[in-house]
Amino acid sequence: MIGAERAMDEAERRLISVTVNEVVHRAEVDVRLTLADFLRHTLQLTGTHVGCEHGVCGACTVLVGGHTARSCLMLAVQAHGHSVVTIEGLSTEGQPLPPLQQALADHHGLQCGFCTPGILTTLTELLRDNPSPSDEDIRVALSGNICRCTGYQGIVAAVRSLLPSAGREVRG
Amino acid sequence: MKPAPFAYHRPTTLDEAVAMLAEVAPLEGRVIAGGQSLIPMMALRLAYPTHLVDINGIGELDRVAVEGGELVVGALARHVRFETPVEPGPTGRLLARVAHNIAHFPIRSRGTMCGSLANADPASEWCLAAVTLDARLVARSRSGTREIAARDYFLGIMMTTLEPEEILVEVRLPLLPADARAGFYEFSRRAGDFALASCLCAYTLEGGLIARAWLGVGGAEAHPRRIADAEAALVGQPAGEAAFRAAAEIAAAGIDPLEDANTNAAYRRDLVRTVVRRALEAASRDAGV
Ligand SMILES: Cc1cc2nc3c(=O)[nH]c(=O)nc-3n(C[C@H](O)[C@H](O)[C@H](O)COP(=O)(O)OP(=O)(O)OC[C@H]3O[C@@H](n4cnc5c(N)ncnc54)[C@H](O)[C@@H]3O)c2cc1C
Ligand code: FES
Ligand code: FES
Repeated sequence: MIGAERAMDEAERRLISVTVNEVVHRAEVDVRLTLADFLRHTLQLTGTHVGCEHGVCGACTVLVGGHTARSCLMLAVQAHGHSVVTIEGLSTEGQPLPPLQQALADHHGLQCGFCTPGILTTLTELLRDNPSPSDEDIRVALSGNICRCTGYQGIVAAVRSLLPSAGREVRG
Repeated sequence: MKPAPFAYHRPTTLDEAVAMLAEVAPLEGRVIAGGQSLIPMMALRLAYPTHLVDINGIGELDRVAVEGGELVVGALARHVRFETPVEPGPTGRLLARVAHNIAHFPIRSRGTMCGSLANADPASEWCLAAVTLDARLVARSRSGTREIAARDYFLGIMMTTLEPEEILVEVRLPLLPADARAGFYEFSRRAGDFALASCLCAYTLEGGLIARAWLGVGGAEAHPRRIADAEAALVGQPAGEAAFRAAAEIAAAGIDPLEDANTNAAYRRDLVRTVVRRALEAASRDAGV
């Protein structure tokens, strides 16, 4: 009755509707397609990166319904009816970089940029939910994002530079 | 790395879900909740279910409530929900402390407590909490509902008495007495990683002496376990260094340690000794009392 006998190699497809960066996208997808691959391959939004594809590196982190989630650990079908924000939704083409991205650039918070999309979605959520995070809060938030280039200090410094207390601290 | 093909089902009621699972479980069909353990296993092709029954659309499973002295946690209550106390007593405080040790925020925003219990990783913090606090697990299948005591639930590494056609619909955690002090400590090599050893404990005091004690160890054996001998060593003693060290010694000596390439038995015992002592010290500083 629910296709129990179906052949395993027969790919099941579903029609989904997902709002990505405020644009509604409808597409027919394989049910085994991850949200990360849906964003990258189906929608050509390649700003979301995939490193490990099993939840460890954080490069694929996006906002789903306003909360960070690993897009490699969600199926595209599970995003049906939800609203997703990716790195492409965090700035506007032709406009100056938003403060967080500018701060990251100013403080050497990125080198190769592979981890950066995940770092930015993570920090966007952090600063929204906790506008004056302590150093520890910043580091805990970043603990789920692996960066092989910067050594993290520049990323922490970038966040710190945006805090209300920034002017009062003298720190490298 | 991509999951192998499967058929996808998204029931909206529990009745529908158990009926579907009854049909697909014999064909290697599985439940998916948060997907934070199952999808990695599927991506790595360590698991290749032929059917997924996605329970995320079943509204009735999304609940956390206090009922008759128990905290009732439905199958869609996600880890993040516990980061702020879900009830005002020691249990709420304890679970909040524990929750922060599970993975990272983006994983906690999707993973569920019941999913952790179904998955039964030896290092799972929620499995440790369930067994130490004497939880009851409520499982439902087409043939009915049954309750499983946490102490009878875990069989081995990622093995439980849950049947393939059963959905874990909720876990019921008895609340600790309001005057209990509770503590948790775990050791892992990287922030958010699975613990190499962990301890969750609580005690009440009467006339300055420990009257009741709960002490469980996780991550060190095939599944988390309450350590009765260590609890017995605490009862009747003043809550302090001597009793804490004695309990830690007993727990370390009493475990059957998991071993792997990086962690031999002697190291695991050392870790257990340390995490038990630190969890007890954390309990002695438990703020809410
Ligand atoms: C990088 C990373 C780090 C992690 N670190 C930790 C950690 O430190 N500690 C920790 O405990 N966990 C950790 N996890 C795992 C995480 O907590 C998972 O959320 C949890 O183990 C499973 O819950 P889930 O809801 O995601 O279940 P799923 O992944 O959906 O399912 C897991 C298993 O349980 C079954 N299942 C799920 N729900 C039910 C149900 N209601 N009834 C019957 N069967 C069910 C599924 O069929 C599957 O076999 C980590 C995960 C990642 C990716
Ligand atoms: S690609 Fe998703 S966490 Fe690494
Ligand atoms: S900038 Fe290269 S990995 Fe972070």
